[in-house]
Amino acid sequence: MSLWSRISNAVRGERLNREIEEELQSHIDEAIASGRDPKEAHRAFGSALHAREASHSIRVAGWLESLLADVRFGWRQLCRNKVASAAAVLSLALGIGSCVAAFRLIDALLWRPLPISNSSKLYALSRKLIGPEGRPIEDGYWATPDFKVMRDAVKDQADLIAISDADRTDITWTTDDDMEKAHVVYVSGNMFPLFGLEPALGRLLIPADDRGPGASPYAVLSWDYWNHRFGRDAHVLGRSLHIGDQTFEIIGVGPRDFTGTEAGTVTDVFLPLSMNSLGTEDGVSWHHTFLMLKTGVNPSTALELMRQHLSAVSRAFEADCSTCLRGMTKASIGRFLNKTLVFSPAGAGISELQKDYRRLLGVLGLLVALVLLIACVNVSNMMTAQAAARAQEMALRISIGAGRRRLVQLILCQTALLALLASVLGALFAAWSAPFVLSLVNPPDNPARLALPADWRVLLFGFGLTILIVLLLGLLPALRASAVRPVAALKGGEDPHSPRRLMRGAIALQVAFCVLVLFLSSLFVTSFQRLENRPLGFSTDRLLLLETVAGKGQFPVVWNQTAEALRAAPGVSSVAISGWPLLGRIQINSDISINGAPPSPIPTFFRPVSPGFFSTMKIPLLSGRDFRPEDASPGAAIVNETFVKTYFPGQNPIGRTFERGANQPLNKIVGVTPDIPDHDLREPNRAMFYVPFDEIDDKSAPTVAGFATFVLHTDAQNPLALANSLRQLIAQRKNGLRVSNITTQLDLVRDQTVRERLIAMLAAFFAAVALLLAGIGLYAVLNYSVFQRRREIGIRLAIGSTRAGIVRIVTLDAFLMIAVGGCAGIALGFGAARSVESLFYQVKATDADMIALPACAILLIALVATLPAVLRALRTDPTEILRAE
Amino acid sequence: MAKTDSLQGSLDLLVLKILSRRPRLHGYAIMAAIANTSGEVLRAEEGSLYPALYRMEEAGWIRAEWIKKDTGRRARVYELTAAGKKQLGAEESRWQSVSVAINRVLREA
Repeated sequence: MSLWSRISNAVRGERLNREIEEELQSHIDEAIASGRDPKEAHRAFGSALHAREASHSIRVAGWLESLLADVRFGWRQLCRNKVASAAAVLSLALGIGSCVAAFRLIDALLWRPLPISNSSKLYALSRKLIGPEGRPIEDGYWATPDFKVMRDAVKDQADLIAISDADRTDITWTTDDDMEKAHVVYVSGNMFPLFGLEPALGRLLIPADDRGPGASPYAVLSWDYWNHRFGRDAHVLGRSLHIGDQTFEIIGVGPRDFTGTEAGTVTDVFLPLSMNSLGTEDGVSWHHTFLMLKTGVNPSTALELMRQHLSAVSRAFEADCSTCLRGMTKASIGRFLNKTLVFSPAGAGISELQKDYRRLLGVLGLLVALVLLIACVNVSNMMTAQAAARAQEMALRISIGAGRRRLVQLILCQTALLALLASVLGALFAAWSAPFVLSLVNPPDNPARLALPADWRVLLFGFGLTILIVLLLGLLPALRASAVRPVAALKGGEDPHSPRRLMRGAIALQVAFCVLVLFLSSLFVTSFQRLENRPLGFSTDRLLLLETVAGKGQFPVVWNQTAEALRAAPGVSSVAISGWPLLGRIQINSDISINGAPPSPIPTFFRPVSPGFFSTMKIPLLSGRDFRPEDASPGAAIVNETFVKTYFPGQNPIGRTFERGANQPLNKIVGVTPDIPDHDLREPNRAMFYVPFDEIDDKSAPTVAGFATFVLHTDAQNPLALANSLRQLIAQRKNGLRVSNITTQLDLVRDQTVRERLIAMLAAFFAAVALLLAGIGLYAVLNYSVFQRRREIGIRLAIGSTRAGIVRIVTLDAFLMIAVGGCAGIALGFGAARSVESLFYQVKATDADMIALPACAILLIALVATLPAVLRALRTDPTEILRAE
Repeated sequence: MAKTDSLQGSLDLLVLKILSRRPRLHGYAIMAAIANTSGEVLRAEEGSLYPALYRMEEAGWIRAEWIKKDTGRRARVYELTAAGKKQLGAEESRWQSVSVAINRVLREA
């Protein structure tokens, strides 16, 4: 009560003074009214001033009152330079907002612990090995039987949990007609209990659901899926869900905030591991393995022992596994078995998105931090200039008895006001920009989904950042101002150059940061442009892709008849079949052996295609012919140029043969095509062969295909316009084929550059902001310096200095600083570029034009920024200046 | 001026006591009451009464209120709070024990 009244009194100080005055006056009046002599009454009262001051300080929280006075004063200072203050607030807001937005993204994808108990005790198991292409790779997938052996090996100290990728899967709810996509994850039954998760409805999967292959046809929905697909209808329990020929019963809904362990993807359906047919295969690695330490186990000692133990167990399993090593050469068996088991902390989940975007987010963090620093330097310069202009005021305050603490408080208050205004605006910017940037990570059929809550982690970060900025900006000017020596300042200043020296250093710093941002962004933008403009070798124009599935499989004749039916549809000009889409997610390789020799060390990728594939994709044949309807696989093959260079250097490949592995049937090369990017736009040209889509077994009987993609060239500009009618056309044939996904070749090409486009866009944006801020900073510093040196310039002009001389003294320092800063920026840029090389495409940090671009940009902006100051210096009228002195 | 010292340290006690007997007095009336009841012996510099009143108000011993007087002027009147009553008891017993102690010293020394 009492503190509160003192605080509220501090806010209404004027009124309080009036009240005290009134009460004291009424005392005197009362005394006179009671018949006392007015003079005697005044004398008996004592010092009215003293009574008033003593009363005031009792009734008011003094610290608050002085703080309020400082805030009011600071506000008036800000209002006095409206344009400068607004610029400062806006640039700081942009910097703070970008930093907070970047933090939200980085935190949500990489740092935020999963909403499970004991997330800090969760590790992911993976193996490092030399991959089939001779490069080191990390394999995070495990075979279920291997997982079970390992689980039993460490069961006293830790629990192993199996969780598959959240694959987009075709599911149906009622009839076969309405097929939809859902992210389906297979988990071992111990996941939900070990994660300490409680159902929102029904029950979750339990260890008993692992009992045997196919024995637990139960499904658990995620809360998110239950919410957006079923509107939180409790009757969903007991409904059945079909995947392929399997039927699952919905038994429960997971807790509200748990979206699976894959950061960036929201899981829709959880199924028991035992229900996946891959679960019994010794040689198929298909799910992740997590390890959760039991309570009381010390990670620093137990983990390494467990790692060695598990490594030995898993190696023994794979060495004994007959199907794992089938068809491998001795060398590749050695390579396959020579693996290093790695534990990595997985408390924040694991995902491909994390791997793909870790570096990008690192770059983003660097860029926003640099922009914030540039903005801070600008504002700090502004404060320094204002403090220098107020040196006399400060000196006066000190001479009449202001404490230095009060002066520091005065300036910090002003800075805090700036920073607070900026952080409010910045928070708005961050609230908008973080989801916006996330929405740009948007491969159309699988956009990234992350929860971006504005919770205490984000608030704490924003608060810390604001405090840091206040100290960064305010402390230096505050200490300088409070160190003013009144005598010297009132005499007209002791060292007029000292604030300028500080500001010159600031220019160098700012230019260095700005050049670093420009340099990195020119690398990213050029990478993206080169990737976008990379010659594809095939046409993406009007190409529609129908990714089609066929349950247990259909014979080539059914596929070919369907292709024929599609060809007859209106608006379709040509149709071909490909095993899987070009530049899609699937790639399959096979060994190559020539003339019965042992297979080559590196397997070669292939693609089954129907006749007409090359003409539909506008891929020319360099020699030979296309497949004919009677060609089958094995039998005929078409190869690319790199295949010829690798296996038949200097020879005519047409008519030559190769086998897919030792003692396999022969394939005769009938044609040669140019190299095209098959799986990844960034990949170097690699050997590749095509086989006919029609496949036969060793008795020359046709074999079935479970999935394939129809490639259609349409007449209309927008091929997706035909999507629905063609989907129905295939469904109406009722031959077991169903369209699972529809896309265009153009979209698949665009998907390849989502990350590069995002980083190029963000980098270009921040480069523009950095350039603008640096320009403003440079302009302000030079302008201030000319203003401060007007006496010197006047005198120089009066004693006959040339205009060129004036220009030189005004700009020489600045350009020197720009040169120093620029070199420092490029040097920093080389260091930074090395750590993000994996994001570049055909661009090197040492390319001359990569350095020239930022250098030219900063020079140009420097010229523009110095022009007003130079003109002002040249317009100086010596007589006027000297008269004013 | 010499009389001021006679109130040193006991102004709070006197104000609380006066207010406990006669609630809702304004500053001048409190001062006058102290002077009257003490037979004009206890007098303070009148201005110093007000910081003391404000201090006691902030401490929550007394509460104040503006009232309109017959003359049309406003006056700020004070009354004891529950905490003030407790404080008065404590101050009174402290005063008693101190004065007993001082008297004993005066008698026996």
